[in-house]
Amino acid sequence: MMQTMDLARTRAAVDVDIRNVDLSYGVNHVLKDVSLRIKPGEFFAFLGPSGCGKTTLLRLIAGFNRADRGDVLVGGEDVSNLPPWKRDVGMVFQSYALWPHMSVAQNVAFGLEERKVPKAEVVRRVQAALDLVGLGHLADRKPSQLSGGQQQRVAVARTIVVEPKVLLLDEPLSNLDAKMRIQVRRELRDLQQRLNLTTIFVTHDQEEANAICDRIAIMNDGVIQQIGTPVELYEKPANLFVANFLGAANVIAGKIEGRSFVMGEGLQVALPEESHPPTNARLVIRPHFLKVDHAPPAGSLPAVVSHIEFLGANVRYGLTMGDVSLSVDAPFQSSTALYKPGEQVFVTMPLDKGAWLAV
Amino acid sequence: MTQAVLSHKRPRGRRASATPGQIGLALAIAAFFVVFLAAPVATVVYVAFTEKGTGAFTLINFVDFARTDLFIRSFWNSIYASTMTVVVASMIALPLAYITTRFDFRGSVLIQTLAFLPLIMPPFVGAVAMLLLFGRNGSINLLLDDYFDFKIPFMEGLNGVIFVQSIHYFPFILVNLSTAMRNIDRSMEEAAQNLGSSGFRLFRRIVLPLAMPGYVAGASLVFVKVMDDLATPLLLGVKDMLAPQAYLRVTSVGITDPMGYVISVVLVLIAVLCMWLWARAVAGKDYNTEQRGGGGLAKRSMKPHEKWIAYGVVLLILLLVLAPHISLLLLSFATVWSFSPLPDAYTTAHYTRVFSESFDYIKNTLIYSSLAGLIDIIIGGAIAYLVLRTKLIGRTWLDWAASAALAIPGVVLGIGFLRAFYDVQLPGGRPLATMWIMIVLALAVRRLAYALRACYASLQQISVSLEEAAESLGATKLRSARKILLPLMVGGILAGFITSFATAAVELSATLMLVQSSDDAPLVYGLYVFMQSAAGRGPGAALGVIAVLLVAACTYLSHLVIERTQSAKGAIQ
Ligand SMILES: Nc1ncnc2c1ncn2[C@@H]1O[C@H](COP(=O)(O)OP(=O)(O)OP(=O)(O)O)[C@@H](O)[C@H]1O
Ligand SMILES: [Mg+2]
Repeated sequence: MMQTMDLARTRAAVDVDIRNVDLSYGVNHVLKDVSLRIKPGEFFAFLGPSGCGKTTLLRLIAGFNRADRGDVLVGGEDVSNLPPWKRDVGMVFQSYALWPHMSVAQNVAFGLEERKVPKAEVVRRVQAALDLVGLGHLADRKPSQLSGGQQQRVAVARTIVVEPKVLLLDEPLSNLDAKMRIQVRRELRDLQQRLNLTTIFVTHDQEEANAICDRIAIMNDGVIQQIGTPVELYEKPANLFVANFLGAANVIAGKIEGRSFVMGEGLQVALPEESHPPTNARLVIRPHFLKVDHAPPAGSLPAVVSHIEFLGANVRYGLTMGDVSLSVDAPFQSSTALYKPGEQVFVTMPLDKGAWLAV
Repeated sequence: MTQAVLSHKRPRGRRASATPGQIGLALAIAAFFVVFLAAPVATVVYVAFTEKGTGAFTLINFVDFARTDLFIRSFWNSIYASTMTVVVASMIALPLAYITTRFDFRGSVLIQTLAFLPLIMPPFVGAVAMLLLFGRNGSINLLLDDYFDFKIPFMEGLNGVIFVQSIHYFPFILVNLSTAMRNIDRSMEEAAQNLGSSGFRLFRRIVLPLAMPGYVAGASLVFVKVMDDLATPLLLGVKDMLAPQAYLRVTSVGITDPMGYVISVVLVLIAVLCMWLWARAVAGKDYNTEQRGGGGLAKRSMKPHEKWIAYGVVLLILLLVLAPHISLLLLSFATVWSFSPLPDAYTTAHYTRVFSESFDYIKNTLIYSSLAGLIDIIIGGAIAYLVLRTKLIGRTWLDWAASAALAIPGVVLGIGFLRAFYDVQLPGGRPLATMWIMIVLALAVRRLAYALRACYASLQQISVSLEEAAESLGATKLRSARKILLPLMVGGILAGFITSFATAAVELSATLMLVQSSDDAPLVYGLYVFMQSAAGRGPGAALGVIAVLLVAACTYLSHLVIERTQSAKGAIQ
């Protein structure tokens, strides 16, 4: 199984199954009953605010943390009791952790040498891995003589050269500048596709996760809030946290009376046919789904412009409707077409574009 | 407009040129180094390479050195003893460093405290006491002989030197090694584990190479220290080593005999070689990887049986390390102690005797060490300021000279002082070299590097913007240094003073050469004299205990000062 040296994977991708995991650092309960299943060959992201436990969960899979309760299965095999060096789960560290006393080639060769791969094959595979990340010509440099982006690629090469079952990436792009980030994340996605390698990507940047991941698990405070594709999460957030974490959202509390949604001091909007929200509901609707007009279209509600933010392609209006505040994004047309603070406008709310949360 | 001009000028203009005051200061310090470091060492080299009497250049002295069996034997003995000391000390330090940095281990604090022991007592003080414990007829061998019918020659000849030195100096390796190991980012190790490495292989391939610069720093320090030490071998009856030979030649044959100088040159060459090796080992290998949360190697908790082994190892080493101190204490209270595991009876007579007869020794030590410490912080502080805060050309040379002083063995500096200042006559015909102030100056040169480090450290922590703020409000450089820098540095300077003071108080190699009468002698000299005779051992030990307490108190004090200033700074920020 080790004899392939062009890194075209012959091994089938495996799944990762995390079952009811709890983990505490002393009294600090960091992971709370976490369960999730990552499909073979999937590019999966853990997304959440700083300190929510993403790194902890990743290190649990790599074997650097021990769960108090629960199991981790890789390819159906329970690895909970295996030490890191027996797991065959490759990890790229946030700091890259390139060993400064070894050259690039020596860094990449390390894992193969630990696996007692014959010398000649080590040389071949190291070269292949470095070529794959486009650094074949820098094999003899020391890590300190590389740029940030190059170091990141060496770290990736060092991990994939041993053909791990799973690839773990802990904020691998956070040390790169904005432009590099976009380029390297595409390269990562590309590489992952070519290798058909189950990959878990930790980030707190939602745009990054949306751009390259198949599915995302949103975490907060050690609890998985929701798992889904980027579009699912955006369109149908399961709770307030997810709704607010993924981009701007209007969250409006109200009641269902008959076939209408009643909010604030009796403002009513008719429900679409197929919509059946709970009686006490919260409407989540993105600012760009709302529309503002001078003249009242049918079903619109009167509102007053409270402030304006110019965002470039869009203009964000803050509106008040009685005691309800709303954000509305409208495409920017021209300076003369802008509404002004204090101006009376009419808002249209397409409820079919919103999601309902129970209160 | 004004702003633009200012900000344009500032980065280049401000520190490019030096004020006359700074230049004067630098020249004064340079003069100090020339007179009290370069001249003595140059004299030694000059004498070694010239014909006695005529002053013509010759290599004949070195040929003599190579032809004399005694010197060649001494050379190899010194190399052997130093090397073996490094080996044995490493064998002690490595497991301790490993245990304290890799495991959650309660004994860690204890082990870290060990680091201070060699600073508070020079090895020769313990050497005689160790004879009573580990010698042929010492406690351990008497017991071994009684129960198992054999003896271990711990203290025979070079064994004794190696044994005493390694349990004395291993903390230098321990501290450097464990600091280096702690500074390795934990992800360095985890990345290797992730790629399938574990246990000893992981330690050998990743941890050890990354900690290597620290290890080499500690090991070369120990090597040089053992090379330089003359009192320990002499007290243990070993004369055929380089430093003792240099001392014996100069004191018994006379200061015109070239052999002492040849040996000195050899000692300097070895020391320089060590420093060079160390510099090479460290060059371009600043492995202190930037920490990103959860610093240092991953510590794990020990399994019960591992815990037992760890405690066993630590306890054994601790006993060994404390052995000289314990036996010194016993000896200082013993009436008679020979051919028995413990003293026959106890008395406080030695202390009474020491206090009535040897008070001058203690007084001299306090005076000499304080003066040396004072000189060191003045010069050290000035060098730190010049290097870190000015762009004076050649300022790093001053720093370099201070470090070079560290590399010059004490015996060599002592011989150099003696020879260089012997011909300088004071009014009344007394040679300058015989004045007690020479001891102070030699100590100051030897300990300057310690004070300098402390001043560097505290100056580095002070942001330049604090002075710039003062300057922008109209203070001159001198005034901003005095009113802003000095008050902020005071803790570091004090710590530097205490370190210089404490280590100067137990320095003997250079002092032994320069003491001319016992009225002018410091405590360590008295100790050495006492320890040479069997009858003097009791009072000697009492004096040793006093020295240890004195220096221990100072060391603790400096520790407190550093801690206090650090927490004070924390409170400001
Ligand atoms: N070794 C540790 N000991 C104690 N607490 C820890 C340790 N490591 C992490 N924590 C705590 O566990 C929680 C989760 O940490 P974790 O590193 O998993 O967060 P994260 O989601 O990766 O955050 P970030 O995005 O900032 O990297 C935090 O509250 C953190 O303070
Ligand atoms: Mg993290």
